[in-house]
Amino acid sequence: MARIPTTHDPFNAVAEPKRRKILEALGPAERSVNEIVEMLGWPQPMVSKHLGVLKQVGLVSERRVGRQRLYRVNMENLKPIYEWVTPFERYWSERYDRLDEILQGIQKKEK
Amino acid sequence: MSAKKNPTVITAEPGKQELFITREFDAPRELVFKAHTDPQLYVQWLGPRGYEMVLEAFEPYSGGRYRYIHKDQDGNEYGFHGVFHEISEELMIQTFEFEGLPEKGHVTLDTMRLEALPGDRTRITIQSVYQSVADRDGMIQSGMERGVNDGYERLDDLLAKM
Repeated sequence: MARIPTTHDPFNAVAEPKRRKILEALGPAERSVNEIVEMLGWPQPMVSKHLGVLKQVGLVSERRVGRQRLYRVNMENLKPIYEWVTPFERYWSERYDRLDEILQGIQKKEK
Repeated sequence: MSAKKNPTVITAEPGKQELFITREFDAPRELVFKAHTDPQLYVQWLGPRGYEMVLEAFEPYSGGRYRYIHKDQDGNEYGFHGVFHEISEELMIQTFEFEGLPEKGHVTLDTMRLEALPGDRTRITIQSVYQSVADRDGMIQSGMERGVNDGYERLDDLLAKM
């Protein structure tokens, strides 16, 4: 089976741990390549390469300010990745919320 | 003071055969364990809301088997079964198979660790290992029969891990 190129699919793009680190480093802020290089301690070409992939799949957006390029996480495009896991998570959340009630009931009886 | 709800955190990295479920409880480990092994307690929380839960077999010891059935109001039945490999207050290992799949043999290996936390609290961590990435993703996408379009409450949790 042919793999979907990393550069076309956000799911594949975040399958690479280094790219998730970059998303984490960016967080809610807008940062330059140099800032990310400093935060992560990785060589600048490596950071630039991964930022390029994240930009291509639309997970980060780029803005030029003078000679600098600033990057930020594109939250809109992270949403599909979140939505994918949501129904499953709700199922488990509901189940464990019920367990909470039962555990509380038992503890009250024992006191 | 009303207790803050403990979030259920699911981590499913793209392209992997496993997923992790983490949850904390405001109860000692002994009780959390009891709720997983006492059939009278187990039926009260295991099934989705609106479903009747029938424990057809439940032998929570090493080598024991289990089978349970969720019945909805329309009379549909969904069966699940597996065997227990290891059962202790620290560690529960079992297999899991949903009988409603078009093909038999898509079995999951679930390892749950129960960790006693200070203040009579407990953290459980479940690792579910599927036979393929497709199996895992299929299970997540099916949503286990639950609604798809609700809530973004835990967006923060998920984003925090990415």
